[in-house]
Amino acid sequence: MERFNDFYEAVSDTGKYIRNLKNSGKKILGYVCSYTPEEIILAAGIHPVRLFGTEGNIALADAHLQSYTCSLARGVLEGALSGELDYLDGMIFPHTCDTIQRLSDIWRLNTDFGFFSDVVLPVKLDTESAREYMEDVLRKFRSDLEEGMGVTITDGALEKSIEKYNRIRGCLKTIYELRSADPGILTGADVYAIVKGSMIMDRDYLLERLPEVIEMLRDRKPSTDMGKKRIALTGSICNQPDIYTIIEKSGGVVVWDDLCTGSRYFEGLTDTNGDPVAAIANRYIERQICPAKHMSNTSRGDCIVEMVRKNNVQGVIFLLLKFCDPHDFDYPYIKGFLDREDIPSMLLEIEDQLPSEGQLMTRFETFIHML
Amino acid sequence: MTDTDKAKDSRKIKSVGKMKEIMTTYYIDAKTAEQTGKKVAWITSGGPVEPLIAMDVIPVYPENYGAMIGASKMGGDLCQKAEELGYSGDLCSYARADIVCSMVDGGPIGGLPKPDMLICCNNICGTVLKWYEIQARHYNVPLFILDTPFCHTEYTQESRKYVRAQIDEYTHFLENACKTKFDHDRMKEVGKLSVEGQVLWQEVLDTAMNRPSPMTCFDAFFHLALIVTLRGTQIAVDYYRSLLEEMKQRVADGISAIPHERYRLLWDNLPIWYRVKWMSEKFAAHDACLVADTYTSAWCGQLKYMDEDNFLDSMAEGYTRIYLNIGVDEMIKIVLEMVDKYDVDGFVMHSNRSCKPYSLGQYDIQRAVQKERGIPSVMIESHMIDERSFSESQSETRIDAFMEMIKQKG
Repeated sequence: MERFNDFYEAVSDTGKYIRNLKNSGKKILGYVCSYTPEEIILAAGIHPVRLFGTEGNIALADAHLQSYTCSLARGVLEGALSGELDYLDGMIFPHTCDTIQRLSDIWRLNTDFGFFSDVVLPVKLDTESAREYMEDVLRKFRSDLEEGMGVTITDGALEKSIEKYNRIRGCLKTIYELRSADPGILTGADVYAIVKGSMIMDRDYLLERLPEVIEMLRDRKPSTDMGKKRIALTGSICNQPDIYTIIEKSGGVVVWDDLCTGSRYFEGLTDTNGDPVAAIANRYIERQICPAKHMSNTSRGDCIVEMVRKNNVQGVIFLLLKFCDPHDFDYPYIKGFLDREDIPSMLLEIEDQLPSEGQLMTRFETFIHML
Repeated sequence: MTDTDKAKDSRKIKSVGKMKEIMTTYYIDAKTAEQTGKKVAWITSGGPVEPLIAMDVIPVYPENYGAMIGASKMGGDLCQKAEELGYSGDLCSYARADIVCSMVDGGPIGGLPKPDMLICCNNICGTVLKWYEIQARHYNVPLFILDTPFCHTEYTQESRKYVRAQIDEYTHFLENACKTKFDHDRMKEVGKLSVEGQVLWQEVLDTAMNRPSPMTCFDAFFHLALIVTLRGTQIAVDYYRSLLEEMKQRVADGISAIPHERYRLLWDNLPIWYRVKWMSEKFAAHDACLVADTYTSAWCGQLKYMDEDNFLDSMAEGYTRIYLNIGVDEMIKIVLEMVDKYDVDGFVMHSNRSCKPYSLGQYDIQRAVQKERGIPSVMIESHMIDERSFSESQSETRIDAFMEMIKQKG
C-alpha cells in the first residue's frame, strides 16, 4: 500500500488534491460518465476530474431528487450544493441514462460553476448515421469548450492529448493484465486506488508514474499461488474499496472487471492517424458499451462471457447500484449467458453504504466456496 | 342538491361505448393478424406510428397493454413474477409486467400478438431501449431504434440531421421487413390524418377550459387510447370528431364531469392505473375536478412542429421535441401555461417510481409553480401499475390536507 501512497491520498481526499492542482493555476471540469471526451478537455489545458458522489450524508440533494434515485446522482448533486465541489470550474454531462439526463437539468438550474455542457451523444452506436452524429456532437463540444473557457484547441494539441490518453489507458490495461496473470502482485485495493486515482490525478504526472508502477510490478517475484478463486466484477461504478479486501478475506481475488470506473474507462485505444475527433468517436463505438447504449442485442453478454474466458474467471459478482435501470434490465440476460457457460454469479445491490463487513463476508464466502 | 341517478346518468360520457368497440375490434384484428397475413409491429407510445399505418402494419403498444394490466389490477402479480425472473422491483412496472407476459404467455386478453418487428423510439425514456432489447432477444425479430437526442435546451442542428437521416432508415427498415416498397402517397394521406387527429384531440382537451369542465383528466386517460394506437387513421379522426361534438354539447347543456365543480386541478405524470376510479371519486368528494394533465396532451403538444404537407420531414422534429424529451425548465414553462389556460387552483403530482424521466425534476417543477403562481401542490408516490407499491391511507391523508389548503385559500 505504501508503494501507492500518492494514489491512495488523491482518492481518499480528492478535494484536497484537486484544490492543490487548482492553486497551481489549473482549471477543473467535472464529469460522471466514461463517455466524457477527456481528450478534448485535456487538449484545452483543462484538468478533467471524475466525480464519484459524496462521502457525507445526503441532505440538500433530497430537495431535488426522489429517494428512488441512485446514490451516484444524489451524491454528486449533494457535493455540488454543499460546496464540497467548489473547486469545479464547470461540469460536463454526456448523455447517459434517464437519471443523469435529469441530473443535468437540475444541475444547470440550481448550481453555478461557470462552464456547463450537455454532450448529447447517440444512444445507438451501430449505424453510420449514429457514428456521424457522434462525431458532430464531439465537434460541437470542442467549439463550445473553446468558446466557454476562452481557449483554442488545435488539432496538434488534440493529437498530443490523444497520445497521452492512449499511454495512460495502455498502462492501466497492462496493470490489469499483470494482475490477471499473477493476482498476488498487488491487492485489489491497490488496483482500485490506481484506476480511480487515474481519473482524478494530473495526467502528466500519471504519464511518469504509471510506467514506474508497471516496472515495479514486473520486477516482483511471482507470488505463490494462494489458491484464491478468480473473480470478476461487473456493474457501473465501484466506489467501495473495501469490497476488494472483503473478497480477498473471503477466499477470492478480483482479476478483471467490466465497470465504468474500471476496464470500460481504459479499454480501446484511439487511432492516431486521421482526424482526431473522428478517432475519439470511433473509440466509443468500438469499445465495450455501457448498458445505457445500444450496440447489438447481445453485445454486453458476449463481451462479459469473453472477459470471463480470457481471464479464467471462476465467478462473477454483479455489483449494481440500487436504482440503476440500465444495469438492472441487463442483469437477468447476462446472468443467463453466464449460466449457459456454467459460470456461477452473484448479485450485490449497493445503496449509499455497504452492508456490514460481517454480513458481506458471509455472502462472499458462501459464493466463493461454491466455485 | 342530491346527485340523482338521472343526473349521474347524464354525466356519463356516451362515447365510451364506441371507444370500447373500436379497441375491441383493434385487438381482434391484431390478434388475428397471422390468419389475415398482416404484419404486427410492437411500438413505443411516443414512437412514429404513421409509417406503419402507411405500410398496413398493425401497430401494437406494450404500454397500452401495461395500462390495461394496471386497470385490471393484474400488475402486482405480474411484477412479482418479473422479480422472480431477476428483474429488480425498482424497474418500470409497465416493462416488468409486459416482459413477464411474453415470457410466461400470460396477462389479459391472452397476451399480445407476437411481433414481426419492434420499433423503439427513445423520446420517452431509456427504459424502452432496454425493454425492446429484451423483447428482440426473446422473439428474435428485427429491432429498429429511432434515437431522438434529448433536447436539454435546444433542438440542435446536429440532432436535426441525425434524426432526419433515421427517418429514411426507418422507411428502409419497413421495406425490408414488409418486402414491399414504401408508399409515399399513402404516407401523405396518413400524415394528414395524424395531424387532423391530433388537432381534434387537442380540441377535446381544450373543452376542459370551460367552467364547469365537461371532462376530467381521468376521462382523458381513457379516451387517449386511440390517439396513441390509431393515430393516422380515419377511425381516430372520426372518433375524436364525435367525442368533440359530445363535449361541446355537454358544455352547451351545462353538464359537468363531477357533480359540483368548485376547485379545478392539474395532474402531472402517468395515471395510477389501478386507482383511477378511487382517485376520481376521492377528488370529486372534495368538489375538485382534475381538468387537465401533462400526460394526455403529450400526444398533441408537438403540433407546432408538424407540417401536414411535409409530414416525414417535420415529424423528425415533432417526435424529438415531445414533453418528456425536453429540459426541466421547458417543462416548467408548459406546466405554467397549463395552470393559466385551465385556470387551476392546485397541482397534483404523481411521483412515479416507474418513470424517472417524468418524475426526476418534479421537485423543481413543484417549487417553480409554487413560486410563479402561488398555488398549492401535492405529491403522491406509486409505481403506475404495481399496486403493491401504493399506500392508500398515506395518499388519502395527503390529498385531504392538500384540499384543506385549497379550500382555505378559496
